[in-house]
Amino acid sequence: MSKVIKLKQGLDIKLEGEADAGKVFPVSCDYYAIKPTDFRALAPRLEVKVGDAVRAGDPLFADKYRPAIKFTSPVSGVVEAIRRGEKRKILAVVVKAGEQITYKTFDLPAPGALSAGIVVERLLESGLWPMIKQRPFDMIADPATRPKGIFVSAFDSSPLAPDYQTLLKDEARALQAGFDALNKLSPVPVSLNARAGETRSPLFDALRGVTINYFSGPHPAGNVGVQIHHLDPLNKGELAWVVSLPDVALIGRFFLSGRVDLRRTVALVGSEVAAPACHETLVGARVGSIVSGKLRDRGHQRLLSGNVLTGESVDPDSFLGFYHTMITVIPEGDRHEFLGWATPGFHKFSMSHAFPSFLRPKKRYRLDTNYHGERRAFVISGQYERVLPVDIFPVYLLKAILAGDLEKMEQLGIYEVAPEDLALCEFVCTSKIPVQEIVDRGIEIMMKELI
Amino acid sequence: MKFLRDFLDKHKPAFEKGGKFYKLHSVFTGFESFLFVPDRTTRSGCAVRDAVDLKRTMSVVVLALVPALLFGMYNVGYQHFHLAGGEAGFWSHFLYGFWRVLPMLVVSYVVGLGIEFASAQMRGHEINEGFLVSGLLIPMVLPVTAPLWMVALATAFAVIIGKEIFGGTGMNIWNPALLARAFFFFSYPSRMSGDQVWVAGLPDGVSQATPLAEAYQGLPLTHDAGTMFWGLIPGSIGETSVFCILLGAILLVATGIGSWKIMLSVLLGGAGMALLLQCTLPPTNPYSHVTVLQHLLAGGFAFGAVFMATDPVTAAQTEKGKWIYGFLIGVFAILIRALNPGYPEGMMLAILLMNTFAPLIDWCVVQRNISRRVKRGRLARS
Repeated sequence: MSKVIKLKQGLDIKLEGEADAGKVFPVSCDYYAIKPTDFRALAPRLEVKVGDAVRAGDPLFADKYRPAIKFTSPVSGVVEAIRRGEKRKILAVVVKAGEQITYKTFDLPAPGALSAGIVVERLLESGLWPMIKQRPFDMIADPATRPKGIFVSAFDSSPLAPDYQTLLKDEARALQAGFDALNKLSPVPVSLNARAGETRSPLFDALRGVTINYFSGPHPAGNVGVQIHHLDPLNKGELAWVVSLPDVALIGRFFLSGRVDLRRTVALVGSEVAAPACHETLVGARVGSIVSGKLRDRGHQRLLSGNVLTGESVDPDSFLGFYHTMITVIPEGDRHEFLGWATPGFHKFSMSHAFPSFLRPKKRYRLDTNYHGERRAFVISGQYERVLPVDIFPVYLLKAILAGDLEKMEQLGIYEVAPEDLALCEFVCTSKIPVQEIVDRGIEIMMKELI
Repeated sequence: MKFLRDFLDKHKPAFEKGGKFYKLHSVFTGFESFLFVPDRTTRSGCAVRDAVDLKRTMSVVVLALVPALLFGMYNVGYQHFHLAGGEAGFWSHFLYGFWRVLPMLVVSYVVGLGIEFASAQMRGHEINEGFLVSGLLIPMVLPVTAPLWMVALATAFAVIIGKEIFGGTGMNIWNPALLARAFFFFSYPSRMSGDQVWVAGLPDGVSQATPLAEAYQGLPLTHDAGTMFWGLIPGSIGETSVFCILLGAILLVATGIGSWKIMLSVLLGGAGMALLLQCTLPPTNPYSHVTVLQHLLAGGFAFGAVFMATDPVTAAQTEKGKWIYGFLIGVFAILIRALNPGYPEGMMLAILLMNTFAPLIDWCVVQRNISRRVKRGRLARS
């Protein structure tokens, strides 16, 4: 049954530097990497050494505790380096791309003969399994389990995110193949959650075997965690799986061709990008090769793999996140502002109306990375609730996590949230509380107890 | 402002760890962050942040208090010249009041901030902005004749017992400014109620009662509703002009900093209770002839509803809880006025009472959310 759900709470942060998803430029890239740090609680076990030749689809490392889960190379070439951090923690397995991509080919049965067992097996071998995440805990799904449903958000409502429908307009076949494969793993048809109110999309209408639900409202209406909460909320002991729509297309492409073809369209956005646009590259591309020559020269910059709310700070020598479809570049806010709290602030963005900028709701902002204040105890109430469209008391949940009270965390809904769902709470917080870090900690505490 | 920045940067090392004045680093960072928003950038979580911080929030509240404060100063002068006889112009009224109120403000800020700075330093915390508002509120809820040493004592009590022993701003149970008033009220009742305390420089033998005191004694009210709305009546410094308080309320609600839910529910609770009493009180009760409108305009009702009940730390924190909390403040304020023979005014006690019960209200609201979740899980399993 298709549902239409209207969400009121939330906030759209209007930033400068939106990309037009209509035109896509190819970009050539020299190095690619898969980063174990992109996956929650993953302990990697290397399957290659520096100097090994790999094809696209050959495993680079596996999950130490669930060795069936492999992480494969997006490109063919030579393993250039294993980057390590403190205590020799593996940060990235870097592959230098060869001239032409050669693919490892996987045997596939006829499309009609696809069974759940084969889908799981092939996804694990091909390294595409990590694209399926589970809730609770926002981690790679356990192949030994089955969810109560698979949920896919058809739009990204986060700031400057590209429009998936334009991005994937030529991928109709791949999407259908992807949904067909995922449907084998779900007891009910995959739920595809589109934005309500727009003209109906031919891309989604053509899909068979999915339930399309509609969501309206500001960010985080496009977050799949929020959508699950309204469609079929997670109770203790239940599992839901989630896949992002671009990843469904990648999974579909694999089941159509039998190759790991990880071409991904990445939006390069933000106020510091000279001409924001979409670029086609592969999963795990080096950030520098995507951004080089495309940025404005206006002082210190922050490069983010992902969006401004949940993205990871990267440097040009680092790599695009496994799940990310955008790179955002904004100014660094490393400067003092004289009596900044007292100036009128026509150019300052705030959800509260404490700055006159709220009189111009359509204005787009060039926000920087300054905290705009100091860390304080929780003082203001009712702020988080205005940006969180779910039936959860965020401050009480955060306090339960800070207190390490497992029972309260469970009662207050820790199973239903991922850090990204509370990212806006962190953005609007007057006291500058590190909300996502606390939720992360809460999830890790629960995982330790339960898994 | 570069020279100021350079000056701060030059002296900063002395206040950092290992520096000569490390013991004063909280004070230094307090002043530094007052002058300059720090250059600290995001390291984890959201890369961008809302422009609002606690300094901005508190300065909006201070701004909202300014109309009531300025009017309060004018009114102090007006009441003085009115009773002492003799004509005086607008500026004489204002300046007389200004010079009476200013020392109280200075004492409240110096004592309060002094304790704040000292305790932040002792704990190694950053200095918190909370007292910027409390320090202004304390004189505004006192009679203008309050001796300065009493202002100092009440402020010290409020900051130490009301706030610092709980861990500072954000951790306190009771509204610090009201706690200062309560301390004053119970320790020096003769300086806080009666007919002698509300007008500065009152000549001997003349007395001037507030509307509530008149009602308490069963006298007809001297002032009509219009005068009570505009505020040229005796009372605590900041509480008399409902008009100026409304200006502040508009600013607080428009900026989203004060909770309109609490303001509205206090009003509804107060009006409802006043109406009920008007219909049911026996005519022997002196309050039976006080109308709903007079109840809402008199005393600290409006000031309490807008500036005291809405303190986010001591109010209920859940949205549903705010309705219950505010409504009960209104109910209790009028109830204490009319049915408690001891006190003519009930707003302060009603707010402090509901401050105490706010966590319980929140607990009930949160518990309902928890039971919903548990029930949903049980349904799913069956």
